[in-house]
Amino acid sequence: MDLKLKYYFQIADNALILSHRLSEYCSRAPFLEEDLANTNVALDLIGIAEATYGQAALIQGKGLTGDDLAYRRPENEFCNTLLVEQPNKDFAYIVVRQFLTDAFHVAFFSELTKSKDTFLSALAFKSIKEVTYHLRRSSEWMVRLGDGTEEAHVKIQTALDSLWKFSKEFFLQSEADIYMEKEGLGTELTNVEIAWNQKIREICIMATLKHPPSNDGQVSGGKSGRHSEYLGHILAEMQFLPSKYPDAKW
Amino acid sequence: METKDNQGQLWEVFIQSKPGQAYKHVGSIHAYDKNMAIENARDTYTRRGEGTGLWLIPSSEIVSVTENEAEYFFEPADAKIYRHPTFYNVPEGVTNM
Repeated sequence: MDLKLKYYFQIADNALILSHRLSEYCSRAPFLEEDLANTNVALDLIGIAEATYGQAALIQGKGLTGDDLAYRRPENEFCNTLLVEQPNKDFAYIVVRQFLTDAFHVAFFSELTKSKDTFLSALAFKSIKEVTYHLRRSSEWMVRLGDGTEEAHVKIQTALDSLWKFSKEFFLQSEADIYMEKEGLGTELTNVEIAWNQKIREICIMATLKHPPSNDGQVSGGKSGRHSEYLGHILAEMQFLPSKYPDAKW
Repeated sequence: METKDNQGQLWEVFIQSKPGQAYKHVGSIHAYDKNMAIENARDTYTRRGEGTGLWLIPSSEIVSVTENEAEYFFEPADAKIYRHPTFYNVPEGVTNM
């Protein structure tokens, strides 16, 4: 696959799949305002995915649209990390998954503003405002729950310990990352990781949470198309309509 | 299934639609603290370009006239037409009076 295209997919697929997970939670949040806030985040992420798929479709030519890339690609061509496809086990898992991803998005898009790819730098400038707000919200939930009741603390620590093993895949360099960085079109993932680490440590301290010990036992594969059992189910649901009725229109 | 109200405190939301204009009450939201209140208000009321400013006030902090008091608070004003500035013409082109 074209490496530049794969880089676009890495960005768009993370946004789309996390957005889908959040949309599954629509109407199930603990209270109405949180429900609206979560779906707002999902909508922002759809916006990032939509713009990026649209541009990827243009690069590919062949008369494809962004929708074709979201709805007609097989599982092994999705490049999202394993973290974003993890299920909505409980509210704590949703908060931790969101926090780890938001912290990545803020660090990543901040670096991506320097890209020589005009689409990517424009996307970064636009998205940074959105993801900064997402990170503010998810960080506050981390602190509120971590430094909250004993039960809340245990739940958020459990979710953090359990999802931690997926957290470093963002920084694992794929061929696309290496190519784009070399050409000045992508970001330096090492810088992104430094900023991310700093944010995670800061919030762990504020939330009185134990920072998970090390990078050992990290699991990855999503970025190269090898996914956990969950992505297939997500795509089966998400892609059902376009596969069953290929010519369906709004 | 949890049925008791665990949605936090009630807050009143005020939005300023343009810089310089008065803040207007638009509704209320639930939240547990100030940060959450302003974020919930943002996500509930200002996602379609409604405003440039947001104020949040705990509903419990609002002082209001009770129904019993309303009669002697407000009715005396109705009988004195000369207190109303209805005898002036508002010049054309003046908005936001």
